[in-house]
Amino acid sequence: MTGPRRLPTGGAWVDRDRPLALRFDGREIPAFEGDTVASALLGAGIVGGFRSPILGRPRGIVAAGVEEPNAYVEVRAPWFSPILAATTLPVEPGMEVVPRPGVGRLPTEDVPARPSVHTHRHAEAVVIGAGPAGRAAAREAAARGERVILIDEGHRIDDPPADVRCLPRTTATGIYDDGYVVAYERAPAVDRVWHLRARRVVLASGAHERTVAFAGNDRPGVMLAGAARTYLERYGVLCGERAVVFSTNAWGHLAAAALAAAGARVVLLEPAPVDAAGVDLRGVERRAGWLVVGTEGDPALRAVRVRDPEGGEEALEADLLAVSGGFSPVIQLARAIGAGVRYDEARACFVPDGTGPEWLEVVGAAAGEVPPTAPLFRIREGDDADKYVEPQRDQTVADVASAVRRGLRSVEHVKRATYIGTTIDQGRTSGVLTVEIVNELLGLPHGSQAPTNPRPPYTPVPYSALAGLDRGPTLLDPVRTTPMHPAHVARGAVFEDVGQWKRPRFYPKDGEDMDAAVARECLAVRTAAGVLDASTLGKIEVVGPDAADFLDRMYANRMSTLPVGRARYGVMLGLDGMIVDDGVAVRLAEDRFLVTTTTSGAATVLDRFEEWLQTEWPHLRVWCTSVTEQWAVAAVSGPRAREVVAALELSVDLDPDAFPHMAVREATLAGVPARILRVSFTGERSYELHVPARYGLGLWEAVLEAGEPLGLEPYGTEAMHVLRAEKGYIIVGQDTDGTVTAEDVGLGWLVRTDGSDFVGRRSLARPELRRPDRRQLVGLLPEDPEALLPEGAQLVEGPVEPPAHALGWVTSSYRSPTLGRTFALALVEAGRSRIGTALVAPLAGGPVAARVVEPVLYDPEGSRLR
Amino acid sequence: MLLIRCPWCGPRDEVEFRYGGQAGIAYPADPDGLSDEAWADYLFMRDNPKGPFAERWFHAAGCRRWFHALRDTATHRFLATARLDEPLPEAGT
Ligand SMILES: [Zn+2]
Repeated sequence: MTGPRRLPTGGAWVDRDRPLALRFDGREIPAFEGDTVASALLGAGIVGGFRSPILGRPRGIVAAGVEEPNAYVEVRAPWFSPILAATTLPVEPGMEVVPRPGVGRLPTEDVPARPSVHTHRHAEAVVIGAGPAGRAAAREAAARGERVILIDEGHRIDDPPADVRCLPRTTATGIYDDGYVVAYERAPAVDRVWHLRARRVVLASGAHERTVAFAGNDRPGVMLAGAARTYLERYGVLCGERAVVFSTNAWGHLAAAALAAAGARVVLLEPAPVDAAGVDLRGVERRAGWLVVGTEGDPALRAVRVRDPEGGEEALEADLLAVSGGFSPVIQLARAIGAGVRYDEARACFVPDGTGPEWLEVVGAAAGEVPPTAPLFRIREGDDADKYVEPQRDQTVADVASAVRRGLRSVEHVKRATYIGTTIDQGRTSGVLTVEIVNELLGLPHGSQAPTNPRPPYTPVPYSALAGLDRGPTLLDPVRTTPMHPAHVARGAVFEDVGQWKRPRFYPKDGEDMDAAVARECLAVRTAAGVLDASTLGKIEVVGPDAADFLDRMYANRMSTLPVGRARYGVMLGLDGMIVDDGVAVRLAEDRFLVTTTTSGAATVLDRFEEWLQTEWPHLRVWCTSVTEQWAVAAVSGPRAREVVAALELSVDLDPDAFPHMAVREATLAGVPARILRVSFTGERSYELHVPARYGLGLWEAVLEAGEPLGLEPYGTEAMHVLRAEKGYIIVGQDTDGTVTAEDVGLGWLVRTDGSDFVGRRSLARPELRRPDRRQLVGLLPEDPEALLPEGAQLVEGPVEPPAHALGWVTSSYRSPTLGRTFALALVEAGRSRIGTALVAPLAGGPVAARVVEPVLYDPEGSRLR
Repeated sequence: MLLIRCPWCGPRDEVEFRYGGQAGIAYPADPDGLSDEAWADYLFMRDNPKGPFAERWFHAAGCRRWFHALRDTATHRFLATARLDEPLPEAGT
């Protein structure tokens, strides 16, 4: 079965031995392998079938490529796409589509998207467009022995040049700096996004035919002349048997000739003289000086109203009106990378002016090799509100005139007032038309304003194609887990994302909610012991004869006086004097330090170290190595931590006099090399056990086995937060935000004042950083011990009377099982001078009052650390 | 996407690099000798020319070396790149 408009023979791109069936809007449409959805519809004699997005006017297929304004479909099978142009969509077995005007719609249920991959290639030349000019350029480059990639959006490349990599069904969606071309390929089974880096880019993207704004120009049955010819020659589809061709140029006349040769009765209206030498117009009724002034039909075209040079009108019976108002070079890709345009008066179009990147060459029709035409953009006769300039926005000459009347002169402004050119087809058929109508309405010569600036992508690219293989939880963003991860999963831990890391947030037992689990974990640490997987801690080894000198420059406190085997808490400042990271530095040997950083700051701190070493102090003999993933860390903390650690096979004397707080030992643990750090982030006696990563899981299990009989519980990041906040220990990035100094958070005591320089020191002397009313870290105890202040809550002096001056905000807020109440940390203007006073958080549910207190609420003497 | 010539690795895609601002802003030899205004000038004030601009770049996802570049801020074109121990590139080199 073939459609009524399909000729018995012909159609270079379809394979008549391979019939296919297409479901369009619930109807079965015959098609062949090689058809687009549009060619199948036209072959089946479907003249309309689409509607305009805003007014719902009946519309038909206008073009044969990406410039199509009307014929968009949602693909429902064999895969899903919300909206694609019917004119570029190849028919596949089992394909089902429905019309989808203007705007795509995402389904609510899961649908199969097309698989996609990204491929990177280098080439000496990338040629965009496989017409005669593109093929010639590709052939020439290949003859020079160059690697050449030739891409074309059509689903075939005819007469392919030898030794050239041809990519049909591929659209160059953008040309970027230094010959970088991104192209989207609709291969039969898979979408592919090509990333091409070329020494030279040749743009041979051809020209798009323009319509003319006459009354009734959006009626189904009105199409571009070149499209009618394409459907005939490539697909064997004759779009009409009684055709009127309205052409201003020789290429439009070619369409008339082709339609006549295929058996159509053709009347050719020529509004101005056309040099059609070489076009065989036998059988064509040529009428010089005639215009189209209207169309008739219900809704598909039945007659064309025409006007003779003397002004007499008549109606010509017709089922096809093929229009060619001239050609516009397709130079959006070149303009987007900086090529300029100039107006070519003889061709009534904008052509490249030769400017732009030196590696880009525009050739063929894209360079302006299009036939001359009279400048005909609109017909004066008829109702302006019936002359469509931008079918996809239902915008007419009257709408453009209204925008101009309202005072808009620039096409950029008219575009924003009418939305012309903001459609899925990016105004390919409407762009030049709009500009010239605006110019005419302003009384300016044609070409006074160029079309609006295009941006990539040239055609829409589905997100599913851009996603490539980066789909699903594992490939979209890598997940980092610690060596202990399987044990956390087995224990039913609830995880939280810290950067890319998965960290146990808490370990619920017997249906506990988070609050209950966190309270239990906190109490275990305060009364017995807990163990935290601290492997994600950033770890950098800083090694070399000048390592101590270097760390003195990077830290606000002194690291060079640290004896071997000791650890010191330190803060790092930005050049502006603000805290950028904190952590513990450990001296493993005279020339070897281990620096720990926050989990999220690890990469940034290493970058800082390398930057200063390379750019300011290249004479320092220091080498930095990230060892975050080389060492697994279990932090054992609590009054019984020593007993737990003593039960491990550890080659270290744990007596606090021999191994005090802030000391470090390199040892063996069950025969495995280990580093033991007596540092604490909970306020309790703590042992950080560092072992090579591959022993991390074994270490974790050994700690649990030794500790559980003593009351040890594993605890997660949530309990860690509560415990550290009870001690007033800050978290950089939570209690600081890049505007907070060490002095502000009560760490001024560790900033050295001996005059020796370190990064950020000079800024600390700036008056702004010495103001007494800077925001300072304080503790807050809500008057209602059950009231939990939200983090980020603003704080004012009560009672709340707008406008109230915000003094600061809550940075951390928790329930403390140890204190038996809620508490918070906050940054408050002149906070330390307000200790003992009350502040109010004005919240949606009513003001919450809180007393300002010292930020250290638990064991302020630090006696439990020993 | 720019193609940036790392002086150590050769031409590589822009995504491998990180921008480091204006080049040639050395850390002052004697910060204490500077007035607050002069220090703030060092800290915050940078040139913003249209045309050739000497910049610092970091080959973050490559050799992890900092280097100097001369880039035209109007066209994004890299006019020259150089190692840190080579003279700062100047317009016309
Ligand atoms: Zn490099």
